[in-house]
Amino acid sequence: MSTQIQSDASANRTSDPPLLQVNDLRVYFPFSRGSLFRPEHGFIRAVDGLTFDIREGETLGLVGESGCGKSTTARAIINLVKPTSGQVILEGTDITGLNDRSMLPYRREVQMVFQDPFASLNPRMTVGSIIGEPIAVHGLAKGKDRKLEVIRLMELVGLNPRFLNRYPHEFSGGQRQRIGIARALAVQPKLILCDEPVSALDVSIQAQIINLLMDLQQRLGLSYLFIAHDLSVVRHIATRVGVMYLGRLVELGAAADLYRAPVHPYTEALLSAVPVPDPNAAAARERIVLSGEVPSPDKQYVGCAFADRCWLAEDRCRTEQPSLATKDHAGACWVRATD
Amino acid sequence: MRDLLSYLTQRFFWMLLTLWVVYTFSFILMRSVPGNPFSSERNVPPAIERQLEARYNLDAPPLTQYIDYLVGIVTRFDLGWCIRLEDYSVNQVLAEGLPVSASLAIFAMVFAIILGVSTGVVSAVYRGTYADIGMRTAAVLGIAIPNFVLAGLAILLFVFGIKIFPAGGWGTLRQVALPALCLGAPIAAYIARLTRTGMLEVLTKDHVRTAFAKGLPKRTVIMKHVLPGAMLPVVSYLGPATARVLTGSLVLEQIFALPGLGSHFIHAALQRDYTLATGMVLTYTVILFVMNTLVDISYSIIDPRVKLQ
Amino acid sequence: MNTGKDDRDVKLLEQILDESKQVQGVSLWQDAWKRLRRNKAAMASMATLCILGILAFLTPLLPLQSPIDKDLNNRRFLPPSLETVVMGQRDGLKFKDGRLTAQLAKFEDEIGELRTKQRSESDPDKRDAIDEQIENRIEVEHPFNQLWNELDSVSWGLCELRVSIFGDYAIPSIFGTDQLGRDLLARVFWGARVSLIVGIVATLVSLIIGVSYGATAGYFGGIVDTIMMRIVDVLYSIPFFFVVILIMTFLGDDAIKKRMNEIGIDQIMVFYVVIGAIYWLTMSRVVRGQVLSLKEEQFVESARTVGASSSRIIFRHLVPNVLGIVIVYLTLTIPSVMLFEAFLSFLGMGVSPPDVSWGLLLKDGVDALSSVKLFWWVVVFPGAALAATLFALNFLGDGLRDALDPRMKNRD
Repeated sequence: MSTQIQSDASANRTSDPPLLQVNDLRVYFPFSRGSLFRPEHGFIRAVDGLTFDIREGETLGLVGESGCGKSTTARAIINLVKPTSGQVILEGTDITGLNDRSMLPYRREVQMVFQDPFASLNPRMTVGSIIGEPIAVHGLAKGKDRKLEVIRLMELVGLNPRFLNRYPHEFSGGQRQRIGIARALAVQPKLILCDEPVSALDVSIQAQIINLLMDLQQRLGLSYLFIAHDLSVVRHIATRVGVMYLGRLVELGAAADLYRAPVHPYTEALLSAVPVPDPNAAAARERIVLSGEVPSPDKQYVGCAFADRCWLAEDRCRTEQPSLATKDHAGACWVRATD
Repeated sequence: MRDLLSYLTQRFFWMLLTLWVVYTFSFILMRSVPGNPFSSERNVPPAIERQLEARYNLDAPPLTQYIDYLVGIVTRFDLGWCIRLEDYSVNQVLAEGLPVSASLAIFAMVFAIILGVSTGVVSAVYRGTYADIGMRTAAVLGIAIPNFVLAGLAILLFVFGIKIFPAGGWGTLRQVALPALCLGAPIAAYIARLTRTGMLEVLTKDHVRTAFAKGLPKRTVIMKHVLPGAMLPVVSYLGPATARVLTGSLVLEQIFALPGLGSHFIHAALQRDYTLATGMVLTYTVILFVMNTLVDISYSIIDPRVKLQ
Repeated sequence: MNTGKDDRDVKLLEQILDESKQVQGVSLWQDAWKRLRRNKAAMASMATLCILGILAFLTPLLPLQSPIDKDLNNRRFLPPSLETVVMGQRDGLKFKDGRLTAQLAKFEDEIGELRTKQRSESDPDKRDAIDEQIENRIEVEHPFNQLWNELDSVSWGLCELRVSIFGDYAIPSIFGTDQLGRDLLARVFWGARVSLIVGIVATLVSLIIGVSYGATAGYFGGIVDTIMMRIVDVLYSIPFFFVVILIMTFLGDDAIKKRMNEIGIDQIMVFYVVIGAIYWLTMSRVVRGQVLSLKEEQFVESARTVGASSSRIIFRHLVPNVLGIVIVYLTLTIPSVMLFEAFLSFLGMGVSPPDVSWGLLLKDGVDALSSVKLFWWVVVFPGAALAATLFALNFLGDGLRDALDPRMKNRD
């Protein structure tokens, strides 16, 4: 892999076809639960009609509360989980719902970095084997060449490559996440799905990893889908941001626009919860506290799912479901939908 | 309620399926032994022959015999006649032996639960002390020593040595005590272990530490907060425990000369009384199935998070 | 992949590769081993079991008395004693000088004579006849065949070695004798061989079947898993102990026995299969459960993301992480199997004389208790041997469980 100087990260959005196109993606899980005397059956709507795209060189941040379906989205895109309906189009090819064998060639284009640095590495394999596994699977290099490539990757992510015979439990959390990133890079993908890659790390390490990811993006021309539950984490790295609520996108737009002038009330609430370093500014701003309960994805909502907790809710919000307009910056809200 | 009924129906269906499998298997085995009562070259005494003829279709082709026998079992619970014991139907033998074995088993289980739980609780609460270590050693011994060896040693000690128990026979409380103790000891040991582990796990939980911090007397906390949670693994063990008690009784009834199901079963096996042996295996299957179902149900009542499938 | 790369860079990488060889990681297995070593009870158990295993294997070599030689006249129910014993001393054996070595020499001479006669014989038929004669004589009259039962070639060699080292010396009956005058110490040792082998082999049978079955069901999931586990459920509800006894009932029939001997299956082999058939069920459930939960682990997900094939995932990711629980289960199954064998032999349905196992010894022992006098040694020594072995296996199993899964450690 040679080091390229990447052209401007914010490429012209309207001309080139997108790297990844997701159309009306839905992932529903059937469930049955309940006690002996009161059984329940139904569907969990983890992802409920998601549409977005990612272009080359950009980073789409995907933000939302725990349980809103962000991780499921990532898994559905690379077919770890089978989508119930919808389309996933990678570089013009429809890869929706492909089985593992058919997915194999596409695994070289899109890879994933997982959330838990402790659980995402096989504790019984050496770090060298872990990073080298994708190379072995795709037959990219053998024997000593493979080892050399592993060393190169380790250096690229900032690990001491002399430790390639060590085991995951001998590394710290941040280092393990670097191992995960090195593994994702091994096949030279174009798109990397980062599923809350820093949520399990200490705050000081979080910044390091995010900087590493941005650095790699610059050097290697990568595109990211960056999933997080914390808007402040995403701010630094994302070109565009999407906000999810209960499996749906409620707002989508360029990062700068979204942070400056959020459209959807939920986005506003999230932003108000982000800690601000300046104590005076923090005291001055108005904190929005959401009332009501965190919604559960197994109930079906008529109208806007956020209506119960929304301070702007009108009658229309409870009867008709708002949709997301396809503009540069849009929010799915009857009250705030401006043009 | 709906789920409970569907669960029970399911279990019933599975029990029938299992019984059918066992029955078919036994029948095939029976017919493959030359000289068996179902074949033409049987060699049974005339008295028995008469009974067999009355009940089974002895000269019919195998499939007819199979169906006949099965129908008899299903419609009339008629398990047939013993081929080695004159004038005894299998049902009669079962009726004789069941009360003996049942009371032995119940005594043994009650003893095991009481001894096991109390030892486990003490062991957990006084963890690390000599009492704990002593009890754990006793528990491991109880698990490692086969119950017939234990019975042998017990006889040595308490019948020949200290002379407080009789060596055999059935009828008085004294006579049931020693066999029940020997039968229950390994179960008690395992229950003690389970209780101890369960208790230790619950003792570290936050709601228990809060209870202690509130100043509640130790006994109350243990009885009301810790014990119920720790009992779950014990309850689910009761199923396999019954199986162990039943199999253990096979040996102990021999040693102590008790006229229960176990000794009859062994006798049938050694005498090659196939019909009796088959009947007994079917009975044991039913007993165990019922017991496991009861355990499953009570488990899901105690722990509402568990669902029946 | 190195196109456009500086040769110097490659050299640098290679240098780093060399340096990396100096740094070795500590794998989880090594970690577990270290933890196990700290557990004194488990280490003691392991040492005990190893010693037991070695002694059992070398039993023919040890200077023990004969385990099958009955002396109904003089040596019934002797309490433990240090009274000297000479191999071959029993009158009934009619050994030359009442000594094994002497009789061996005499026997060798007789066979030698026959061989000489054979060599001088020109008629091939007569030569074959002498061969047969020699074989028969060995089978019936060879001192080894009178003192031990059906020795295989390895054991035979060890016996010969024993005689050359120890001569006629045999350890006195420190465990006493049983109701037929047989030395109990020897019987405990020879019984160990049978009991241990049954335990290990039957467990291995259950292991192979159980692991393959459970891993397949767990990995493929879905309908395959449901069907496979339903079968296990049905089999599980069958009270196997009773069915085994039922099977043994049938196998006890003389006609059946004859037919089996014709096919060449001996009872021990039936044992292995039958017992293995019981214990594989739990093993398959355990493995399936572990595989199911492993499947959801992120490192398995990431292996799939990377594009690993099913077999790669199974063998490189699932199996190594399942091994731990399999090993623990193994060490805990062996005692159950041994107990079950003891159980069956006790009921008279297991190993049959002249073979000896601990179960059979215990049967003899408990029978002996019913008499008027107190022949405690007949039950205590075999019982202690069995209990000690089971003890050790349980401790080792517990220790392995703690060592391999440190999260459980806090439960003590």
